[in-house]
Parts: sequence; C-alpha cells; structure tokens
Amino acid sequence: MSLREPESTAAALTFDDVSVARGGNLLWSEGTFEVPAGGIAAIIGSNGSGKTSLLNVVLGLIPPASGHVRVLGKSPGEVNEFIGYVPQNYASSPGDAIRVCDSVMLGLNGTRWAFGRPTREERRRVAEVLDSVGAGALAGRRLSELSGGQRQRVAIAEALAAHPKILILDEPLASLDLRNQREIVQLLDRLNKQLGVTILVVAHDLNPLLGVLSSAIYLLDGHAHFDTLDGVVEETLLSHLYGTPIEVVRTPQGELYMRST
Amino acid sequence: MTTRVMAFGYQDNWWSILTSSFMSSALAGGTIVALAAGLIGYFVVVRNTAFAAHALAHIGLPGATGAVLLGLPVALGLGVFCVGGALVIGVLGTRRSDREVATGTVLALATGFGLFFNSLATKSSSTMTNVLFGNLLAISGEQLVTFAVLLVLLAACIGFIYRPLLYTSVNVEVAEAKGLPVRLLSMIFMALLGLAVTMAVQAVGTLLLFALVVTPAATAIMLTPKPPRAMVISTVISMVSVWLGIAMSAMFNLPPSFVIVTIACSAWFVVWLLERHVRPRSTAARRMSAEFVADQAGAVGDHSHR
Repeated sequence: MSLREPESTAAALTFDDVSVARGGNLLWSEGTFEVPAGGIAAIIGSNGSGKTSLLNVVLGLIPPASGHVRVLGKSPGEVNEFIGYVPQNYASSPGDAIRVCDSVMLGLNGTRWAFGRPTREERRRVAEVLDSVGAGALAGRRLSELSGGQRQRVAIAEALAAHPKILILDEPLASLDLRNQREIVQLLDRLNKQLGVTILVVAHDLNPLLGVLSSAIYLLDGHAHFDTLDGVVEETLLSHLYGTPIEVVRTPQGELYMRST
Repeated sequence: MTTRVMAFGYQDNWWSILTSSFMSSALAGGTIVALAAGLIGYFVVVRNTAFAAHALAHIGLPGATGAVLLGLPVALGLGVFCVGGALVIGVLGTRRSDREVATGTVLALATGFGLFFNSLATKSSSTMTNVLFGNLLAISGEQLVTFAVLLVLLAACIGFIYRPLLYTSVNVEVAEAKGLPVRLLSMIFMALLGLAVTMAVQAVGTLLLFALVVTPAATAIMLTPKPPRAMVISTVISMVSVWLGIAMSAMFNLPPSFVIVTIACSAWFVVWLLERHVRPRSTAARRMSAEFVADQAGAVGDHSHR
C-alpha cells in the first residue's frame, strides 16, 4: 500500500475545531465533527454561510483559518485522486469541442502528464461508468448537445471514473426539473449502496434528498455542526437555519418532507 | 493607379518563381508556421482566449519597431514582446471577467508604443508594413532554423502538458479539484501562445493572424468533436491555406497573406453554413432519441436495483 493510499478505516472527514475565513472575514468556526464513511451527507446553510468554502477546504484549495482537517485520514489535498467532484457550474464549460466520452476519459486520466492514447482498459472503464449512470448511449455526443439532466449524469460519470472514495456534488439538483431531480437522487442512492462511495451534497432544498440522506453538516450562526438526519430534520432547527418557519411532515407511508408555513 | 492594377495579372513564369530559392524558404517557413498554428489554435478556441491571441499579435508591434530602432533583429523584438505580453495578460487576467479588459488595455498601450517607435525611425516603415501584414516571401534561412527550433519546442511542451492542459481547458473547476496546477498551466499556455504568435506574425502579420491561428481551429471543431482529430484538421486547413497562398501569389503576383486569409476564412464560412443548415435538424433528432434511450436506461437501472 502506498503512502498516498487513504486509511480504509478512517472517517470520510474529521474536523477538529476548524474555522474558515474568506477574504479576511470569518465565515464559521468551532467545527468539530466526524463524517463517517459510507453515507450520504448534505451540506446545508443559507447563502454566503460558507458551504463552498467548506468544500474548498476539503479539496485542499484553501487552508482552514485554524484547526485541523483530515480527509480519509490524510491532509486535504493529499487524497484528491480519491475524491470525485461535480461543480455547480458544470454547464458553463465549453461543450462544443469535446464529446461525452472524452470528458469522462479526462476524469480518468486527465491529471497524467504527456500525450497518450487511451488504453483498451481505459476505454472499457469509460463505457462502464457511463452505463452505470444511465448515459451509455450518449458517449459519442458533444457535451453541448445534452440536456441539463443528461449533463449532470455525465458530470457524475466523470467524477466517478477514477474510483473515488468520496463524491462531492455542489448543488446537483439546481436548475433541474422535478423528474430529473428525482432521477439524480435515485442515482446517488444507488451509487452509494452499490459502490460504497461516501457522498457529500450541497443543497439548498433538502426535500428531494430527504429519502436518501443519512446525515448533514449544517452551517448556522457562524458555526459548523454535524448531526444525523433525525437530528437535523427538526422544526426549531430548520426554522432557525432557513430563517423562516418550517414544518416537518411525515406521511403515513413514512415519507418525510418539509415546508415553510 | 493603373500600374498597380496591372501588377495583379497572371504571370507566365510562375513555375520558375515558385521553384526559386526564396519561394522554397517561404513554403518551408509557411509550413512550420501552419503546424504551430494548428497545435496551439485548438486550445485557443477551447480556452476562450481568441481575443488574447489577437491582442498578442498587436503587442508584438512595438517590439518589432523598437528592435529596428535599436538595430536588433525584428524577430527578437517580436518574440520578447509577444511572450512578455502573454505573461502579463496571464497574470492580470486570471479571472475571466478581468481578462478582456486587461487584454484590451495592454493591447492599446502596445499599439500606441508601436506607432511612437515607428515615428522615431523613418527607416522602419517597411518593417511596420511587414509586421502588420506579414511577409512570407522575406523569410531568411536563419529565420527558418529559428522557426524549426521553436516548433520543436512548442510541440514538445504541448505534448508533455497535453492531458492536463485539455482538462483545465474544458473543465477548470474539476481539474483544480483534482489538484492540477491551474495557474501554472495557464501561464505555460500563454507563453507557448506568445511563441506561436511570434512565428505566425512573420507569416501573415498582426492584422491577419486571427485567420491562421483561430479560424482553422474553430472550423475543425465544427467538423469534429474529437480533440486530436480537430488539431489535425486545423493544421491541414492552415497548411493548405499557406501553400495555396504562396502558389497563387506566384501565379498572380498577389500578396500571399491576402490569399492565405481568404482561403482560411472561406473554409470557415462554408463549414459554418453547412453546420447551420444541415446539423440542427439531425442534432435535434439525435438528442431526442438519445434522451429517450438514456431515460429508459436510467429507469431500468433504478428498478433493477431497488
């Protein structure tokens, strides 16, 4: 096992008294929690509360203002090859010059130096991962020809190509219609169960995700907290978090949803 | 006026002109420049840096006219200013929103200085014309060697950073999250662009450079979504434009730059027309059927694991 290999028993994220600042302003502090590996955790908080900065700390793109962060038992930035990332603005990238399979191929070998023809094994992996997100038929399309839902599937395939242990998605459901939202949520649930990949998902609307979430990191009043789903889906906390009265409804079928009252 | 019009006629002795030594230098030089343009042009289009490429060509102007003032080789002045300007644009314009303004400001300043240096040296007005419009026919054997060395350097660098450069070009956020040095790659790319522009300016000039670097790459991307193939097609378009340009300049005594640019732009226009009138319908149809298949596949997948 190489030194860069993450520790298999480690938690996905370990935060020890972490604070995060942007441009000299403290966004949040006193983040002490552990996100266990294997679940689906939401990252929630109002606009400007520091959700994207949290992701940047996990990815090692910015250092925490204080405290210690471990990702898969290693320092952030050391294990980026084991993290798949689906950014919020996936649709803003130029999609005309490249095919779906090329973009997934980059997810597999894009960080390797020197020109190299894709190997048979790499081609097989690209086809396999596209099939696993239900986008196998799109392999030869230009990215610019895809709909929003298709593009999100392809972005997930690209993030999954290199067998990540953590999959991070920034607002994956924004700008999708209800049906595509439901399908992406089902896809995440299936990937989590089949591949055992830990999923962190930034979302401003929790409702579509409530059925699959196991826990949530929430940024409230300048502090970062972590709790199981049952601990988070609680009317006082949610009302405080969203700054508007929230009612939690449990249907007779056991489904959970929340609405502002 | 009449003598000028008379000058653009068919020349009986075009074959002997074309096979003369200065023409073979022009062909060799043009071919090297076309190869360089094809290599870098694809990334210029994908990275949305067409305006920077255009501006860099102009930024070379004060370098060239300044070099004449100081009695230095024109190509050296061009190279220093193009690569230097590329790095300045790279530093000032990290954010996409800043880049346009940074590029335009550097461009205006450079053009002003180019004009100023030119006014200081009466001798350099032919240099000015050569830099503005290029002169393939004036390429010397010494320049050819420099061009060949620069092309090898360019190809080696692009070959080495190919995959990370492509990744940061098409999906910068994910590439950064994967730990790629996005800023460093961007600076390396700008420096390489500066090199390619230095060569291309001497072939087609600052005013027409766009047509040799950007236009063929844009044409190629319309024709194919496969990156390596697009680079090959773009290189071929540049090369054919240069060869035909030189041949027709020998036949009809036209300035080669004019013919090169006309051919490259016509290719773009024809492909653009074809794409607009042929592709939309088929694309829409394919998109519909692809979406259907994907949705079916997704639905089947979801059910089978539930």
